[in-house]
Amino acid sequence: MKFIEEFRDKNIAERLIYEISKISIPKIKIMEVCGTHTVSIFRYGIRNLLPEHIKLISGPGCPVCVTPNIDIDFAIALSRHKDVILATFGDMMKVPGSTSSLQKEKAEGRDIRIIYSPLEAMSIAKDNPKKIVIFFAIGFETTSPTIASTIIRAKRDGIENLFFLNSQKRIPPAICALIQSKDIMIDGFILPGHVSTIIGSDPYQFISNEFLLPAVITGFEPLDVLQGIWMLVKMIREERPAIEIQYKRAVRKEGNPLAIKKIKEVFKEDDATWRGLGLIPDSGYCFREEYKRFDARNIEIEVEPSKENNQCVCGKVLKGIITPLECSLFRKVCHPENPIGPCMVSIEGACHTYFKYY
Amino acid sequence: MKEDKILLAHGSGGKLSHELIQNFFLPFFKNPILEPLDDGAKITDIAEGLAFSTDSYVVNPIFFPGGDIGKLAVFGTVNDLSMVGAIPSFLSLSLIIEEGFPISDLKKIISSIHESAVQANVQIVTGDTKVVENGAADRIFINTSGIGWIRPGVNLSGINVKPGDKILLSGSLGDHEVAILSAREGFKFQEIIKSDCAPLNNLVDKILQRCPNIHCMRDPTRGGLATTLNEIANKSDVGIIIEEEKIPIRESVKGVCELLGLDPFYLANEGKLIAFCPPEEAEGVLEVMREDPLGKEGVIIGRVVEENKGRVILKTLIGGNRILDMLTGMQFPRIC
Repeated sequence: MKFIEEFRDKNIAERLIYEISKISIPKIKIMEVCGTHTVSIFRYGIRNLLPEHIKLISGPGCPVCVTPNIDIDFAIALSRHKDVILATFGDMMKVPGSTSSLQKEKAEGRDIRIIYSPLEAMSIAKDNPKKIVIFFAIGFETTSPTIASTIIRAKRDGIENLFFLNSQKRIPPAICALIQSKDIMIDGFILPGHVSTIIGSDPYQFISNEFLLPAVITGFEPLDVLQGIWMLVKMIREERPAIEIQYKRAVRKEGNPLAIKKIKEVFKEDDATWRGLGLIPDSGYCFREEYKRFDARNIEIEVEPSKENNQCVCGKVLKGIITPLECSLFRKVCHPENPIGPCMVSIEGACHTYFKYY
Repeated sequence: MKEDKILLAHGSGGKLSHELIQNFFLPFFKNPILEPLDDGAKITDIAEGLAFSTDSYVVNPIFFPGGDIGKLAVFGTVNDLSMVGAIPSFLSLSLIIEEGFPISDLKKIISSIHESAVQANVQIVTGDTKVVENGAADRIFINTSGIGWIRPGVNLSGINVKPGDKILLSGSLGDHEVAILSAREGFKFQEIIKSDCAPLNNLVDKILQRCPNIHCMRDPTRGGLATTLNEIANKSDVGIIIEEEKIPIRESVKGVCELLGLDPFYLANEGKLIAFCPPEEAEGVLEVMREDPLGKEGVIIGRVVEENKGRVILKTLIGGNRILDMLTGMQFPRIC
């Protein structure tokens, strides 16, 4: 199949692994930022094919995992209003907030619906004019253009009963915060492929220019990941930090200008709180004045005070400080049927991935 | 029938109920066991080894490419009986219908049940109909229970699998669930993906004639191949190794899985089986499988081993290894 089979060729994979092994470097740590890369790496068994001196660390690129309790609690509070229909991506259902989850609230009879696209939220709003429809907008730059486009369309169509609980995040500031935190010393980054189809490679230049670290924008097939690692390892060996694009069939240097324009029309950059990483400047969005009426945070509602589970160390896992295997709750108490933290809920969360594949 | 919608009165047991049964259902299911319309079906020739299975069908949407809820309701129970080595013979049919359900849709479903029963060579011998108020059910729910005599000399069970057994798969994975998902969510792809919904009893018959000593057979429905293999590994306390490159998956299904981030190992199938077979019999069984239209893509996908008890290991396309665990929760399409 075009663009799939060619990138799963066993012979080329073996060749790439050989080439990676040939490059002489000391022990290094590479962070794959994006959850889909974590899944790919496990799904194809890449970890145990790499030489021992290359360690792969999972990063915070899982939008479900980094949504803080304060936002989940707000969504839960909104869903409890009798006139509200809350629309959400499926993965968010099971994420535990401070005392409840959307799944539990649905079982209590709240109108919470799983949707696959933000446009569905608009359809629900049109079909239910007497209800307040709220879309729990999580995600990175990959999904922000479609969310922005939905809002633009809703404004154009004069839809008054549709709101967005904005918890979207931006990847480049999070990478900057990770590097600056010095909690973990990373030697190079595998950058998210789909985020980069939108933003291109320019927003990552600070990684090599300021911090002298290499990074490769990588696709998700096994050969993509292996080639991305090979390109990264070569840059480390040659002490030539740069931002390179492995995922050339989908990513251009300038990204997708139309998509970026849509985001900028509706949102401006703002500080945002990431679970585990804390407040990161300019790592999220807020509504521009013309679109403020769609902001669900304008809705007056009582929200319980947020509290984090003390035993949950998802924050450390998200930063790559520890692996899920080093969490005392992993497998014993925390598992997909009883997740304590979000990293176990999301299919791209590090803990869920380790649980499933390790 | 003069009504074009099901009314609550159709389920009351009174005149309209009798009219529905006599004029609408009975013409489809004429057989001597059903016709007396007693409270229960009397099957007087009872032999040993009678298998009995039941299942309920609540699929949404009720009509989908390759099938409908009626077809599923027949083949699902036929297949469950077949997987334990029984020859499916008699089914019960219970309907829970939402008030307002169009008679025209009910006719399509009942016709489909009739055709499916003929195809699977089973008889509907008893039934029940309930009508609930609008909103109390999602259009129509169906339950079928089935009985069949177990073939003498055949002992199929999840606890019988042994190290050394070869694992055969009759065909491509994921067709059914992708067809349902596409129909439900309105995904429109270049190629219409059809459910693989089919009766497996003839295929099972051929396999068991060739090799009565098959240890276990299963149809990997909800939870997919991965969940079924894990169930067997646990029940028989063995390890299982399968090879990803051997698993047949249609190009169109692969495409949808890639787009939505679904793992085909966890997708439901409704017309496929896996067989755990003594190693010396595997090639013979495969040959017989491939002679049947439902098994023409049959392949040996792996083997049972002594080590890693309770675990299923997948050798990946690029030569790595990963654990193939049971499905936990539901698969949701990827967000980004």
